[in-house]
Amino acid sequence: MTTAETSAAPAEDTAPARNRPPRWWLLLGRDRAAAVAAVVLTSVVLVALFGRLFIGDRAQRQDLDASLRPPSLGDGVYGLLGTDVLGRSVLARLIDAAATTLSVAVPAVLCSLLIGSAVGLWAGYHGGRRESVAMRVADVILSFPSLLIAVVVLYVLSPSALNIVLILAVARIPVYLRTSRAEAAELRSRLFVDAARTFGTPGRHIIHRHILPIALPTLLTVATLDFCFVMLTESSLSFLGIGIQPPDVSWGLMVAQGRQYLQTAWWITVLPGLAIVLTTVSATVLAAWARIATDPAQRWRLTLPRKRRGASAAVPPEMTP
Amino acid sequence: MTTTPAPPATEPALAVEGLCVDLSTVSGTVRAVDGVSFSVRRGRTLALLGESGCGKSMTALSVVGLLDPAAEVTAGAVRVRGQDTLRMSAAERRKLAGPVLSIVFQDALTALNPVQPVGRQIGEPFRIHRGLSRRQAEEKAIELMTRVGIPEPRQRAKSYPHQFSGGMRQRLLIAMAVALDPDVLIADEPTTALDVTVQAQIMRLLRDLQHERDMAVVLITHDLAVVAQRADDVVVMYAGTVVEQGPVHDVFTSPRHPYTRGLLDSVPEDAERGRPLPAVPGSPPELSAVPPGCVFQARCPMVRERCVRERPSLRGTGDGRSAACHFSEELDRA
Amino acid sequence: MVPFLRKRILSSAVPLVCVVLGVFFLARMTGNPVDLYLPLSATAEQRAEFSAAQGFDLSVPAQLWNYLVDAAQLDFGTSLRTGQSATEMVFDAFPVTLQLAGVTMLLAITGAVLIGSLAAYRPNSAVDRIASLLSMTAASIPDFWFAVMGVLVFGVSLAWLPTSGTLGGPEVWVLPVATLLIRPFGVLVQVVRGSMVSALSAPYVKIARSKGATPRRVIFGHALRNAVTPVLTVAGDLTVGLVNGAVIVETIFGWPGIGKLMIDSILQRDFAVLQAAVLLTAVTIFALNILVDVCHALTDPRVRQAVPA
Repeated sequence: MTTAETSAAPAEDTAPARNRPPRWWLLLGRDRAAAVAAVVLTSVVLVALFGRLFIGDRAQRQDLDASLRPPSLGDGVYGLLGTDVLGRSVLARLIDAAATTLSVAVPAVLCSLLIGSAVGLWAGYHGGRRESVAMRVADVILSFPSLLIAVVVLYVLSPSALNIVLILAVARIPVYLRTSRAEAAELRSRLFVDAARTFGTPGRHIIHRHILPIALPTLLTVATLDFCFVMLTESSLSFLGIGIQPPDVSWGLMVAQGRQYLQTAWWITVLPGLAIVLTTVSATVLAAWARIATDPAQRWRLTLPRKRRGASAAVPPEMTP
Repeated sequence: MTTTPAPPATEPALAVEGLCVDLSTVSGTVRAVDGVSFSVRRGRTLALLGESGCGKSMTALSVVGLLDPAAEVTAGAVRVRGQDTLRMSAAERRKLAGPVLSIVFQDALTALNPVQPVGRQIGEPFRIHRGLSRRQAEEKAIELMTRVGIPEPRQRAKSYPHQFSGGMRQRLLIAMAVALDPDVLIADEPTTALDVTVQAQIMRLLRDLQHERDMAVVLITHDLAVVAQRADDVVVMYAGTVVEQGPVHDVFTSPRHPYTRGLLDSVPEDAERGRPLPAVPGSPPELSAVPPGCVFQARCPMVRERCVRERPSLRGTGDGRSAACHFSEELDRA
Repeated sequence: MVPFLRKRILSSAVPLVCVVLGVFFLARMTGNPVDLYLPLSATAEQRAEFSAAQGFDLSVPAQLWNYLVDAAQLDFGTSLRTGQSATEMVFDAFPVTLQLAGVTMLLAITGAVLIGSLAAYRPNSAVDRIASLLSMTAASIPDFWFAVMGVLVFGVSLAWLPTSGTLGGPEVWVLPVATLLIRPFGVLVQVVRGSMVSALSAPYVKIARSKGATPRRVIFGHALRNAVTPVLTVAGDLTVGLVNGAVIVETIFGWPGIGKLMIDSILQRDFAVLQAAVLLTAVTIFALNILVDVCHALTDPRVRQAVPA
């Protein structure tokens, strides 16, 4: 039997399920790793959103008498995870840093997602010169390590949260641009788009009503993965001292600040790193799950020629720095 | 193969007995092939006829041992040269692959390795089974390419699959399949992807090679015309089961299963202008929802209460034919 | 092959030209480039003098011309920090990073091909699931934290490995290479797995099996060479991305490579050196992209023929 036919058989079986797509949380429940990841990410977001309301100024409040206290159960809630050299509560700082970290990563991802997909869909749908110019710009940006771009720009401009968001957004636009262009270029030649065009539907309506809904699951999956990348880059920059500047605090900066007390106070360095790992690994696991969960909409990819199919490998090539 | 000699012409070159294949899907396991049996002798052509999804290709893949991991043979036997290939180890089976059993796929572009010169690919069976050197294998490949009608074979042996036309690629695939003179050649929709004129050429090539090398051919197709022209015997499949089998001429002149009858009626040969073409109404059942009675009941024009209750077995109706219908005699009379 | 190469070189040169121009205009975008070169405490006279010496008082096109001429001669001025020629400093640092990157990529690719193929051979098996989870984790661990943890565990607590410097036996390489390795390795395992899965389910693999080919012949003779195309692309991109890691690793482990040089010149505002380092990195990446294209052409006959747009 040809592969097309073997895959057609299970497709027929799931036909009733496809008419009424299973609720996404049920799908999530089936994959334990993804469910845990979702819970972790949700908690991180909640902590980032509301954590500052509870901790007050404890992230900055110094208490030199309580310097470098190890994690213990005896020092109240804010002593749970120990204190740093200035006696500041590591827990409070972690919560404060969560907000800072997300306030850089989320806007950066959203900006690049919006701009990148809009330009990509437009370029892919229209094709021709618009397409090649957009792709060439994407190639140029992508052919340079994002940290290098950031390093140079932050040398010339000053390192501030806004500048970091801008740099990361610009550096990641090509990722969405390439993905959405590929989707739009493939959908452009499909029958329902032709049909819409023969009715005289204007281009932007076709993109909005027919192409975007199909491309969206893929784009969101890419965005989830990219969130990791942006977060890692921000923490690297902060770690190197050209990212978030004190007195603000981000997880990367906390690792850097704790480094010199590594031998005496491991918790200052280890805990923020664990926070980063938990968040990024959760985002990766969730993205991998989303790739599978959104499969029915993407099944048509399987009918594509081999070369394109390579692009739907576990990690799309654009996802690498 | 050196261990067992090729069977005499009276013995079947390939005998499939009670083959069952299960397919695991997201919503559970379904039976994709259910108790399929047939046999074919050297020099003869057997057609497996049916709609797509009826299990004919999966039957073919289980015969050559190329099922996807999601599918599993759960019962039955596939006998070649007196041995059951399903009970063999992977290594024993590999010894049969090429010299005894061989297969041609529908889509020749994806069936050829895109990054290897075609000469290497066609010569590969000689390297695997006869231990020839790369150069000797290439010479053999060039001979074969000449035989299947590739112009300038010596130069073209160094070309890559994407540099050939669809018809030429199909010829290359056939050359590769007949390289070691197999007892049985399975052709899985070998012409579906081709133009009509090229189709005829490929079918002619297959027929010539079959006569020349005395092969048994199992032709998998949904094309009634191809069956009528090329096959000696036909096995009609529906929803994973055999519904009728027998010599092509007899089956096509007087079908004994309403499904076969429906298929034949839908050929627009003697259709009248202005009247709608007869067709088999409805579509095959989903494999997960095959009814307990007759598999064809939902679409059968002569369905009765017994068909819902009891599945008809494939019974011989004399003169080398059999059909799986409780009321096949009625069709005969009609 | 030759027209293919010419076309690829031309299109890879576009980013290079963009960076060369980008550095020039970026330096002038914020106003006076003197601010970038001189410490903030410089007096007005010092500034004027420096500006005249460097030709910053000329018109922008004239400055661009001078910049291009200097760049072509690899003359990027002298470091304000050490008084050494910036080009020399960069060329001293470069081999360190190149060795580090070379060893890392060699290990990452070899390891990823082995583990990725193993996982792909039996999709959804225990091996596959463990490999997937480990590679996902590896790809999302922050490298600086991994390095710090390595120092904490193997350098401080166990005292098995040196925590900085390049002097000594092979053990000085362990932590830096391991740190640099995890992300490319994690990503590559996933890519190898994905493309091997799709290659192994391709019809030509079935045909090879129908010819009686052994699993080894199927994997190495047929599937791997087809699976290599996406792996090559990603490996190339990851090598470019190693610069990111090199900045971190060299800073943490005190390796005198190009990454540390860049960070030091930023923190100490040494623009001449930064500029030289960025441009040399750009040239290296340009060369790397062409190398990847050549590898593509060597492994895939379709690429050799189709001249990319």
